[in-house]
Amino acid sequence: MADEKDIKNAPEKKEEYSLNDDRRVKVLSPGAMVAKRFFRNRLAVVGLIMLAAMFLFSFLGGVLIPYREDEQFYTTTEMQKDYVNATRNDTYRITAADGQEVGAVLKNTINLAAIQGDEEFTYKDVTYKNVNEGDGLYSVYSGDTLIAVAAKDIINVEAGQEEQPFDVRYNALLTYVKGGGSFTSGGVEYAVDEDGNLSQNGTVLAYISRFVVTAAATDINPSRDFKERLEEALVDEEGNVRPDSEFVYADSDGTEHTYNVVYDPSKLVWAIKQSTATDVFDIYSYPSFQHPLGTDKNGMDIMTRLMYGGRVSLIIGFIVVIIETVLGVIMGGIAGYFGGWVDNLIMRLVDIFYCIPSMPILIILGSAMDNMNVDPQIRMLLLMLLLGFLGWAGIARLVRGQILSLREQEFMTATEACGIRASRRIFRHLIPNVMPQLIVNCTMGLGSTIIMEATLSFLGLGVKFPFASWGNIISDVNDSYVMTTYWFVWIPAGICLLIAVLGFNFVGDGLRDAFDPKMKR
Amino acid sequence: MRNFIIKRLLLSVLILFCTTFIIYATMRCLPTSYVEQMAIRLSSAPNAKPYSEWLEQLNASYGLDSDIFTGYVTWLKDFAVGNFGDSWKYTVPVMDKFVDSVGISFIMGVITMILELVISIPLGIIAATKQYSKADYAISAGALIGISLPTFFFATILKLIFAVKLQWFDTHGMVGRNYAQLDSWGQFLDVAHHMVLPIITITIVSIGGLMRYTRTNMLEVLNADYIRTARAKGLSEKKVIYSHAFRNTLIPLVTIVGGSLPGLFSGALITETLFAINGIGYVSYQAMVAGDIPFSMFYMTFIALLTLLGNLISDILYAVVDPRVRVA
Repeated sequence: MADEKDIKNAPEKKEEYSLNDDRRVKVLSPGAMVAKRFFRNRLAVVGLIMLAAMFLFSFLGGVLIPYREDEQFYTTTEMQKDYVNATRNDTYRITAADGQEVGAVLKNTINLAAIQGDEEFTYKDVTYKNVNEGDGLYSVYSGDTLIAVAAKDIINVEAGQEEQPFDVRYNALLTYVKGGGSFTSGGVEYAVDEDGNLSQNGTVLAYISRFVVTAAATDINPSRDFKERLEEALVDEEGNVRPDSEFVYADSDGTEHTYNVVYDPSKLVWAIKQSTATDVFDIYSYPSFQHPLGTDKNGMDIMTRLMYGGRVSLIIGFIVVIIETVLGVIMGGIAGYFGGWVDNLIMRLVDIFYCIPSMPILIILGSAMDNMNVDPQIRMLLLMLLLGFLGWAGIARLVRGQILSLREQEFMTATEACGIRASRRIFRHLIPNVMPQLIVNCTMGLGSTIIMEATLSFLGLGVKFPFASWGNIISDVNDSYVMTTYWFVWIPAGICLLIAVLGFNFVGDGLRDAFDPKMKR
Repeated sequence: MRNFIIKRLLLSVLILFCTTFIIYATMRCLPTSYVEQMAIRLSSAPNAKPYSEWLEQLNASYGLDSDIFTGYVTWLKDFAVGNFGDSWKYTVPVMDKFVDSVGISFIMGVITMILELVISIPLGIIAATKQYSKADYAISAGALIGISLPTFFFATILKLIFAVKLQWFDTHGMVGRNYAQLDSWGQFLDVAHHMVLPIITITIVSIGGLMRYTRTNMLEVLNADYIRTARAKGLSEKKVIYSHAFRNTLIPLVTIVGGSLPGLFSGALITETLFAINGIGYVSYQAMVAGDIPFSMFYMTFIALLTLLGNLISDILYAVVDPRVRVA
């Protein structure tokens, strides 16, 4: 590298040199030789292209793509939500008269009598009279006292009105079954029309109907009009149930809503469902123009996640390898240069670090951090430090080995003779000679670090949501439904990972061959 | 030679002490609330002892109530007499669980190792003898792809193809649904059938390293002077490669293979976890994630021990196989 005698410095014009002129010989610097050998290696060039592609994809792609890393997308779906339930009352409801006590057994007996149409029945040695007042209405007397009323019709109190006393309700029912009219109760005149409206001075207080409509949620208040229309839609004039259909109703604003009606004959209940448009996260949507690789379980664009994930994976790889190399070179350099007890001490330290099972330690620390809810950003930082700290031993060993042999060479004796200080001798003269092996080692190390990080993230113990990393994108396959159905969630991430790691390994391998002076070509 | 071995052994013991101390210190550095959480969890189990008693017991059993050195010595004493404590997750003695699970890992390891040797050594030799040929490129690229494949991704792809699409294998587990109804031969076949995908995964992922190692060493040997001599003598190329070159390549191969023998017991953590094989790897993964300190401590010490043993074996083998390094 130092004695560069490149062809570029030669004069442009081709002169005739004598046969033994040095300028006739094209001299390449060692660097150029390495480059030449490197580019001859097809695998290495392929690796270089792969790496360039991945870097562009991660770093430039993230800038170009319009979405943010954690942007969630929504989609609208029609959801059938329960609106109201309707039922037609075909059983008698027994209401006790004012001041009367009707026990449960007596109620049952009354019900039975009403169904059978008995005019008299006995309960506990008391004989009751059961008077049929009209369709679905019985008055129960004990002697001349009114005990209870059995009615199929139900009085629904209008919104904003209070419930009427028993006497009013009883009279209203009586009037209704007779086809309408008016009655007086407590000195007040009430009127009941054919449709069952109970009114006082023209104010509708309540209405009588056999149709019961209950709201499915507290915030639904079906109007009277709605209920009547619904009844018409559900039951025909003769009281037969119409087949399931859709029910269209225009509310007070004039907007039409369509309701789905489902009749359950076993329970005699209609379920009226309203289809409403609901915003939901666009999860696991298939690849489309907006999302070239679809969306993931959080409704985030997978392409964008891959780009940002690539950044995280590559940056973590680089930082870890830098930490490893700095530590390894310092420790290895000192050990190799000084030798003796320093060397012994550092090498035993290296042995110890070789022995520490790093994967189990990372798993334990990762799950401990899970328990303590450590902030994802701090986690990422700790992960890098840990990976770097656990991985320097190999590099230290390599550097030391190289330096041990270099130290004995003449140029080192020369530096010593020149009186250059120790740190300068190590870092200026020894380390540069270790560079080739170091570069190869780091390149290959990048690949394995990225795999390590991806494995941890895959297990859910490395880079955590909301940050993306190739590993944690793939971790969705832990749900076997995702694995079998949504290939676009995890296969692209795996391919990115493979390409990046393969790129580093191809380039590293090519560099190893290129740096090797024994190479034949 | 004996002095060399003794020296290495003593050194290994020292390194083991230091390593276990670091592991112990890491465990100690976990926030104390961790043990408290564990105690809460243990005491909330039905018919369990009250919280304070659990806390006391947990602290006492790991020497957490004393300072770090005394605690380490306490742990070490227990460890030395083979008392590894009870696993928190499995609620059985650590040793029982270990003995249960290590067998299957070892069997898988042995099969993988044999496959690895049978496949990678011949391929490595072919690549070296035909350097720069198409075969060499293909083998080198294949080896690098094997090294670069993330285990979890490759295993999932295999599962998708062979278990989900082709339905040849189950995606998870060691035994099939009707395992209990099979006779002993059928049970053996059933387990073997469930081992196929995991073994393929481990083999493919680990094959590359040995293949490249063989190739590099073979190339080095082929450039040596004695090979030139052999060729100059007029020996057939076959004889040169298989009896002169290969024998010399065996030196580094034997040392590296010997060194990896203890690793057969360590289990394949990721693969076993993905295929839910109850080997030592998966069992200890579950223990570690659950914060089972006794089992994790034991497992990590075990792995450290295996690594040391591996280094020791390869050092000694190197000295045995290669007479040139027998000076020490």
